[in-house]
Amino acid sequence: MATIEMRSVSKKYGNVEVLRDIDLNIADGEFIVLVGPSGCGKSTLLRMVAGLEPITGGDFTIGGKLMNDVPPRDRDIAMVFQSYALYPHMTVGRNMGFSMEIRKTPKRERLGPVAGAAATLGLDKLLDRYPKALSGGQRQRVAMGRAIVRDPKAFLFDEPLSNLDAALRVEMRLEIARLHQRLSTTMIYVTHDQVEAMTLADRIVVLDAGRIQQVGTPLDLYERPANRFVATFIGSPNMNILDATAVEGGMQIGKSPVIAAPKGAVQLGIRPEHLGLAHQGAGDIDVTAQLVERLGSDTNIYTESPDLGSILLRVHGNVDVNAGDAIGLTLTRDKLHFFDTAGNSIARQS
Amino acid sequence: MASAFRPSPVMVTLKYAAILGYVAFALFPLYWLVKIALTPDALIFSDGTALWPSALTFDNFRKVIFQSDFMGYFTNSVIVSLSTAAATTLIAAAAGYAFSRFRFRGKGIVIALMLLTQMFPLLMIIAPIYKIVSSLGMLNSLTSLIVVYTAFNIPFATFLMQSFFDGIPKDLEEAAMIDGCTRPQALRLVILPLTLPGLAATLGFVFTAAWSELLFALMLISKNDAMTFPVGLLTFVSKFSVDWGQMMAAGVLALVPSCLFFFFIQRYLVQGLTSGAVKG
Ligand SMILES: Nc1ncnc2c1ncn2[C@@H]1O[C@H](COP(=O)(O)OP(=O)(O)OP(=O)(O)O)[C@@H](O)[C@H]1O
Ligand SMILES: [Mg+2]
Repeated sequence: MATIEMRSVSKKYGNVEVLRDIDLNIADGEFIVLVGPSGCGKSTLLRMVAGLEPITGGDFTIGGKLMNDVPPRDRDIAMVFQSYALYPHMTVGRNMGFSMEIRKTPKRERLGPVAGAAATLGLDKLLDRYPKALSGGQRQRVAMGRAIVRDPKAFLFDEPLSNLDAALRVEMRLEIARLHQRLSTTMIYVTHDQVEAMTLADRIVVLDAGRIQQVGTPLDLYERPANRFVATFIGSPNMNILDATAVEGGMQIGKSPVIAAPKGAVQLGIRPEHLGLAHQGAGDIDVTAQLVERLGSDTNIYTESPDLGSILLRVHGNVDVNAGDAIGLTLTRDKLHFFDTAGNSIARQS
Repeated sequence: MASAFRPSPVMVTLKYAAILGYVAFALFPLYWLVKIALTPDALIFSDGTALWPSALTFDNFRKVIFQSDFMGYFTNSVIVSLSTAAATTLIAAAAGYAFSRFRFRGKGIVIALMLLTQMFPLLMIIAPIYKIVSSLGMLNSLTSLIVVYTAFNIPFATFLMQSFFDGIPKDLEEAAMIDGCTRPQALRLVILPLTLPGLAATLGFVFTAAWSELLFALMLISKNDAMTFPVGLLTFVSKFSVDWGQMMAAGVLALVPSCLFFFFIQRYLVQGLTSGAVKG
């Protein structure tokens, strides 16, 4: 149980700065998800929290205590690795109890916590097996079990589910959510998966090129992205970004009617699910359907406009549009996002 | 469909024949060694190339063990080979671990230098080595052999150990350190057990190399009581004759330690201990 605080934390490898000006306050029991494109420094940040990577600038505290130079073993955090990192020469039981073994807890006292964690994760019957005799999903559970047994101040996860198949991933995602509900321990979770991020997080931290782009609740980021990067990164499929021309009374995209827009806006963003389907000429813009993906619950229509390039539209259910059809698109006015030349969001005038 | 996966009996027979042929070819000299060792002296030349000796005797072994200096050579060899294997493996393991896990200044240069030492034929440096050892007053000592062998085996052994450490995911140590280990503890409790096959392979390799080394032993040792067994073997060659029977008997005895050694470490060699560590 602890708050985690970072004040202008930075990380350099030689002359290369991979993280800078990281300011983040994580409340006790909060579930924080780190997202960002590959190579943006998510793992590095997590490893700095764990103590596996030295911090080259700024202050980092856990529970108010400065941790910059504290070795991993004294930080009282547990980490679940993407590779699981199970000790191959130890049985599942010993793997899970290893932290207590190191701390010289007598064997009898180790059994309780190990059995408890094993029971919650459905590993009871596997305690005497070696990791090589486990399936990927079981190994993942053992890795989680090893962390749970620790009863740490915070859990760190680095893409823990990325090696599992889709069904197992959903199951483990729920498992992690339940775990957080039950233990309400601080968790920091790195993922590439939008759904994991949106469903698990109390707050999401979006990183790009070593900087925090935005911190907020999942819906915050979805509804009020701070800039174009966050707008396109959060939400799946990605937000459409359309170049606009300023005109009297607002802006115009392509040959659309004039749209009310704040001053300085040069681009307009709209999520595929906020576009409406209309007959050619009846919508705000006219496009041609290029490709139609039918997902059952939804239909993705990839369209092309001569002035605006490609635009993706997502409609609920199944619609009768085929590749090559000329269609119209309507923009839901209160779902529009506006960006200035620097790519920052400009609030809608109300 | 199943028949598609069942190899035809002809193919199986051919494969076994090929393996058998190869094994016979590889083991034949060994057989010949044993055969001559067991043939009575008088019959060695009259038996000639007959595959089976017409009479068997353990005379040669008896003479080698009780009436020659062979046991002395043998002991010397055991001392030199074991010490070399232990020293080399220890140093190579430490160096290999450092190369595998740490980034430090000059790492590339050290690796390049070690590779460089492997490029020269031994013959080229045997004279300078002799000079160095003699000016240190270490000629005719087993220590000189141990030092020289260790020095020459370290580069290769280091690369061997490094590749074993490279095969052990870094995550394992990190997980151990998060679980509460210091780095030495992580090394002892997690990395060491997984490196046993590597250590065994390196020990075995260096042991055999030192056991059969002749060139340096010949140059650096001239006194009978410090001779190792390969040099000692040459004492069976006198000016006018070669005592084939005893020489072969000594050769057979010399095989024993290598065989024993590999017998003990083979269980580590065959185990793929890291399987199951990470996703796979
Ligand atoms: N030892 C190192 N030396 C130099 N640069 C490094 C080192 N380790 C990582 N980096 C760089 O730091 C940056 C961040 O790496 P990191 O592993 O944190 O990315 P990530 O966000 O976790 O990416 P991914 O999503 O692919 O896992 C990368 O650009 C990487 O090249
Ligand atoms: Mg990563």
